[in-house]
Amino acid sequence: MMPRIFTYVVHKAGAIDDSAAELAAAARKIDPIASPTALVAGWGRHLDAVCAALRPYYAEVWKIAGENFSHPNAEWIRKALVKVLPPGSIVLVPHDHFGIDLSPGLSIKLNAAYVSDVLGIKGVEANDLKVVRQEFGGQISAHVRCDISSGAVVTIRPGAFEPLDSSPAEGVIIDKSCAVGTISAGRRYLQTLLAEAGDVDITKHEVLVSIGRGIQDKENVAIAEELAEALGAAVSCSRPVVDAKWLEKSRQVGSSGKTVQPKVYLACGISGAFQHLAGIKGKPFIVAINKNPRAPIFQVADVGIVDDILEFLPELTHKVREARGLPAK
Amino acid sequence: MVGGIQSVSQLTSWLAQGRTLFFTIHILGITCFAYIVARRLAPLVRAERDPRFDRLFERAGRVLKFWLGQWKHPRYKTAGILHVLIFSGFILLALRAFTVLIVGVSPNFAMPGLSGEAGRVYETVTDYAATVVFLCMIFAIVRRLVFKPARYAVPARYGKAHTADAVFLLVLIAILMVADSLFEGAKAAAYAQEGAVTLATVGSLPWLFKTALASGSAATIGRLYFAGYLLHEITFYFLLCYRPFGIQFHVETSLFNVYFAKLDKGTLKPVRWGVTDDHLDQLKYFGVKRFEDFTWKHMLDFYSCADCGRCSDNCPANAVGRPLSPRFLSIKARDYAFRHYPMLGRSSDGQPLIGAIYSEDEIWSCTTCGACEEECPLLVEYIDKIVDLRRGMVEDGNVPQSLQKALKASESRGNPYGKMEKKRGDWANARSFQQICQVRTLDKKNGANTLFFVDSITSYDERMQSIGRATAKILEHAGEDFGILGGMEKDSGHEVRRFGEETLFAAVREHNANAIKASGATRIVTADPHAYNALKHDYTGVPPVEHISQFIARELNSGKIKFKPIENSGKVYAYHDPCYLGRHNLVYDEPRAVLDAIPGLKRVEMKRSRDRSFCCGGGGLMMFYEPKEEQRMGVKRVQMAAEAGANVIVTACPFCMANIEDAIKVAGLEGEMAAIDLAELADQQIVRQSPPAEPGRAIEIQPEFVVGR
Amino acid sequence: MEILVCVRRVPDTSENEISLNRAGNDIERDELVYSINEADNYAVEEALQIVAKAGGNVTVVTVGGEDDEEVLRREMAMGAKQGVLLTDSSFDGSDGRCIAAILKAFVQMGNYDLILTGVQAEDGAAQVGGMLAAMLDYPFASVVNGIEVLDDRKLVISREVEGGNKEINETDLPCVLSIQTGINEPRYVGMRGIRAVASVPIQTYGAEELRLDAGHVGAAAAKVKRLDYFVAEVGGGAEMLDGDREQNVEKLVELLAAKGGLK
Repeated sequence: MMPRIFTYVVHKAGAIDDSAAELAAAARKIDPIASPTALVAGWGRHLDAVCAALRPYYAEVWKIAGENFSHPNAEWIRKALVKVLPPGSIVLVPHDHFGIDLSPGLSIKLNAAYVSDVLGIKGVEANDLKVVRQEFGGQISAHVRCDISSGAVVTIRPGAFEPLDSSPAEGVIIDKSCAVGTISAGRRYLQTLLAEAGDVDITKHEVLVSIGRGIQDKENVAIAEELAEALGAAVSCSRPVVDAKWLEKSRQVGSSGKTVQPKVYLACGISGAFQHLAGIKGKPFIVAINKNPRAPIFQVADVGIVDDILEFLPELTHKVREARGLPAK
Repeated sequence: MVGGIQSVSQLTSWLAQGRTLFFTIHILGITCFAYIVARRLAPLVRAERDPRFDRLFERAGRVLKFWLGQWKHPRYKTAGILHVLIFSGFILLALRAFTVLIVGVSPNFAMPGLSGEAGRVYETVTDYAATVVFLCMIFAIVRRLVFKPARYAVPARYGKAHTADAVFLLVLIAILMVADSLFEGAKAAAYAQEGAVTLATVGSLPWLFKTALASGSAATIGRLYFAGYLLHEITFYFLLCYRPFGIQFHVETSLFNVYFAKLDKGTLKPVRWGVTDDHLDQLKYFGVKRFEDFTWKHMLDFYSCADCGRCSDNCPANAVGRPLSPRFLSIKARDYAFRHYPMLGRSSDGQPLIGAIYSEDEIWSCTTCGACEEECPLLVEYIDKIVDLRRGMVEDGNVPQSLQKALKASESRGNPYGKMEKKRGDWANARSFQQICQVRTLDKKNGANTLFFVDSITSYDERMQSIGRATAKILEHAGEDFGILGGMEKDSGHEVRRFGEETLFAAVREHNANAIKASGATRIVTADPHAYNALKHDYTGVPPVEHISQFIARELNSGKIKFKPIENSGKVYAYHDPCYLGRHNLVYDEPRAVLDAIPGLKRVEMKRSRDRSFCCGGGGLMMFYEPKEEQRMGVKRVQMAAEAGANVIVTACPFCMANIEDAIKVAGLEGEMAAIDLAELADQQIVRQSPPAEPGRAIEIQPEFVVGR
Repeated sequence: MEILVCVRRVPDTSENEISLNRAGNDIERDELVYSINEADNYAVEEALQIVAKAGGNVTVVTVGGEDDEEVLRREMAMGAKQGVLLTDSSFDGSDGRCIAAILKAFVQMGNYDLILTGVQAEDGAAQVGGMLAAMLDYPFASVVNGIEVLDDRKLVISREVEGGNKEINETDLPCVLSIQTGINEPRYVGMRGIRAVASVPIQTYGAEELRLDAGHVGAAAAKVKRLDYFVAEVGGGAEMLDGDREQNVEKLVELLAAKGGLK
C-alpha cells in the first residue's frame, strides 16, 4: 500500500511558489495514481488566495491557519504538521531556505526517513524509494534508496521537476487548523531585513553577463563590464564573487541572492552550483563559458563553450561591438 | 667689562669672564646628553638579541664605504651632493668644534697635532667647510620650503608634515655655523686690529665677520666674540640633546647602524637568534607582536631613519597606492618608542603593534622586493621586520582568507594551487614533449648530476610550463645530465617563509632537502628566482644552485650554446630585472650577456633597471593576496618599458611573466607590447646541429604548448 | 557559555578532483586530501568568537574513526578547548539520522548551552543539525549568518533567506544552529599551532559509553543508503561549440542575435 503523499507549499504575499506545481509533479513520480495533498500554513486572506491558487494542481488542499504562521517559521509549522499528518506519510518539501529549516526535524518527529535535495525520482520498489542526488557541489551524482516503510520526508530541488500542468478539475480545500491545537516553539520571528539595493537592479535586465570564480581577480571584472556594455546588459555574479568582495551583494544571483528572469544569461566562469541556478527563473537562453569541461553548468546551459573567459570575453566583446555597429574601443 | 683691547690676551680675558658659565653649560650639556642617550638605549637593552659582533673587517669596510664614503647618497643627485657636503663639513669641523668648546674653559687649548702649521691649514679648511655647510643649510631650507621634493611629503594618514621640524634643525645648524664663524671672525678682527695677519680665507663666513668687524670698537668685538662663543656652545649642546628626539639622531647612530648592518643579502632573520630549529617549539610565540619583540638592531634602525623618503620613493607598493610606506614603518615605530620609553617617567610596553601603529594590510602589502633596503643610505633593514610582523600575525591566526587558502593548499598538496602532487611533473612527461626532450624524474635509484628545480608555478601553470620546457631543452642541448623531482618536489617555500609561516616552510624545506639528496645531484639549476633564492639562502646542506641565465651565459662562453640571429627586426627588447635575481642576488649581467649574444637583437635599458628595477607585483603567495591598490605594479612596469622604447619585455622569472602578461592586457597594450621569458627566447634562438626528434618541426616554441591563461 | 560544535572531515573540494573510480562504484579516494568541512570551520570560528566575549569553552565533536582526529586537532589548534571522537564499529553504515542519534547521546552526557553545525557538508544533505535539534527538543535554525548573545538564555540570530535578505529570529537556549559560510572570517591555523596540540588527548567514546542501542545506529538502522556514484551526461543539456575561439565567438554572436541578446 502506497503511503499518502503530501506536499508542502511555499507561498509569499498570496502567491504560490513555482515549487508547488513541481512538487505535485514529483509526487506523481512516486505514486502515478494517487493525487498528492497540498499542505499550506499561513494566515488571513493571503492564505485563502494561496489555497485557491492550488486547486488546479491538487485534488485536496489542507489549510492550516494560525496567526503564528503569518510568517513562515519552520519551528512552529513543524509542530503543526506533526499534529496534522497521518503516520507513515511521505511529505515533499522544496529544498530551499525554508525546506532545510523544516524538514530534517520534521522527519524525526514523524519517525520517518529523510532524504534531501532530490533531483530525480526513479520509483518505488517494495519499501524503497529510489532517488537521484548530487554530491560535491554537483560534480558527481548518486542513486540513493530510502526506506519509506514508516514514511519519508523528501526535499526536492527547485526546478528539477517539470511543473505539473494545471487541470480544470478543482481541488477541495479542507481546513485542518483545529487539529493543530496549542503549540509553542522556542524560536520567534522578529523581522526581515531587506538586502541593500545596489546601483544596478539585475532583476530588471533582459540580458545578464554573469561572472563566477573564473574571473579570478577584481580587476578582471572590467572585462565582463565591457561585454555587458557592448550588449546593453548588466553584470551579475555568483556567490564567490560577492564573498571575495569583487562585486556587491545586490549583483548576486542565487538562492541567497536575487532571483532573475532574463531572456539571455551568460554564465562566465560559473561552475553551476545549484544554489546559483536556483536564482534563475523562467527559461532563459543560457550560454556557459568555462575552462572546466566538466563544470555542472554545462548540464543546464543551452550552449556551452570550453575556454578561458579572460581570453574569450574580450574577443566576444569585440565581435559584438562590430555586429552592433558600435565603434571599436 | 673692561674697555679697549690692548693685546690678544685681553681678548682671551673676555672669554675668561664666562669660564664658569661655559663650564656649567658643558656639565649640563654632557649630563643631559648622557641621560638622554641612556633613556634611548633602554628599550634596546630589553630587546631581542641580534648577533652582529662578528666579521669585524667586513663591517669596518662597510663603514668606510657607506658611512664615510656616503656611497648611496649620490643616487639622488641634488640631495646626495648636498648631504655629502654637509657630512664632510661635519667630519672636518668636528675637531674644530671640540677645540672651541674646550677653549672656553682652557684658553690655550689646541688639539694635539693641530698646532702650528697643521693648525693653520686645518683652520683654513674648516673656515671654508663652515661656509659650505652654512650655504648648504640655506639651500636645504629653500629646497624644503619652496621646491618641496615629493618624497618628503607626509600623506594625511601619517599626520602632519615634518617640514617645520626639518627647517628648525637646518636653521639650528646654520646658527651653529654662524656662531662658530662669528667667534672666529671676531677673534680675527681683534688680531687684525693688533696688526696680526690672520684668517686669509677670503669669502668664507668667518672672513666676512672679520671684515665686518674690522673697524669695530674693541668692546664690540669683545662682546661679539663672547656672544659667538656662548651661542656656539648653547647651540651645540642644544643640538646634541635635541637630536635624539627626532630624525637627526641619525647623526649619532649612523656610524653604529652602518657598522652593525646586515651583511648577507637575500637571507632572512631566523625566528629567534640563538634558537635552533629543534628548539623552536619551546618559544612562547613566533614573530613580532610587541615593540619589545624587535631586536636591538631593529630598534636602532628606527632611531636611525633620517626621514629622507628615498625608501618609500622607490617602494612599488607605495607607488601603486597600497597602504605601505617603508619610511613610516620606521617613523611610526620610532615615535612609539619615544612615547613608551619617555625621558621622564616609567616606560610602558606590551601593546600589540598591529592595531596600535600598523595595519594588517600595511604589512601584507610588501612584496619583499628590497628596493627600500637598496636605497637607504643608513642601511636600515625592512624585510626582516616585515617578515617578523607577519610571523606574529600568523601566530594569531590573523591571515587574509585568500592567503589562508593558498597556505592550506601548500600544506596539503605541496603547492599553493591545490593541484595534485602526482601531476607536478606532467608538464615534462607529456608524450609530445618527451619526443623532443627527455626529462627524467629523479629519485634514489634514478639520479643525475644536475637537478632542475622547477617549483610550483612553472610546474602547474599552463603558460609557465613553457618556461619549464624551454629550460629543459636548453639543459639538454648543453649536454647536461639532468632531471626533475616531479611529484616528489614541493613548493620551495620561499614565500611561505616570507609570509610568516615558518613552520610550514620548515616542513617543505625538509621534504625538498631529502628529495634533493636522494636525487644525487651535485648542482641545481632553476628558472625561478624565488626558488633560486630559497635554495641559496633559506636551505642548508643542498648543492650549489644556479639560475638558468647564469647557466646559459656560461655555456655561451664555453661554446656549447650558440645563438642564431633574431628574426622580426622590428622588435626592441627591454630586460626587466626580477627582484630575486637582481637586487637580492646581484645577477644583473648574465641575463644581459645572454641577450646581447643574440645577433641582431636590439636592447634598451629601462630607466629603472638593475638595482633600481621596479617590482612586477610579487611572486609566490603574493599572487594570492588581494591588495587595496590604485593600480597594478605590473602596469607601471609595462609603461616604463614602453617609455624606454621597447615592445618586448624579457623577464627571467615566471612570476614576473605572469604579472607582466596580465599587466599588458590590463594596460590595453595587447598587440603593442609582448613579453617573453629569457629561457624561452634563448631556446628559440639556439642553433641546433641535429634536428629534433620530429622531422619538419620548427625550433620555435609551438603554440600548442602555450595555452592562454 | 558551553558550546558544542559538530564537525566533519570531508574531501576538500578545492584541492581535489572528484571523479569516479575505475570500478565505477565510488569516487576515486586515493590521493584525496581531507580537511574540515568548510561550513563547520566557520561554525567553530563563530563559537570561539562567542566565548571570547561571553566566556566559556568550545568543544568539537565528530563521529568517525582515527583519521578524523586530525580535524579535531586542527580545531583545537584554532582554540577549541576539547576534541571528542565518537567511534565504534557499530556506527559503520550510519545514515544522517543515526549520526544525529549518536551525537544526541553525547550531548546528553554534557551540559551545552549552544550546539552548532555547519549548514551542510559535501553530500549537500544539510540534515544533522535539524535532526539533532528535534531529537533533543531544542529550537533549531538553519543557514544562520549572524549570532548575537542576548543573555545566557536567549540569542538573536539572523538567517540567510531568499534575495539575500536576513530573517531575524530570537531563540531560547539551549538550541541548535546550522551555520552558513561567510558568517565570519575564520582565523588561520598554522602548522605550529597544530603541532602544539599534537599530543593533547582526545576524549573518545564508543557505543557503550554513550549507551546507544544497536538498533539506532549503523547499517542495520540506516533508512537511507547511497547505492552508487555516477557521472551525469556531460554537457547533457548544452550544445557545445567546438570550433576555435574565433569560430566560437562568431557562432555565439549569431545565436545571441537570434535569441534577442543583441538589441
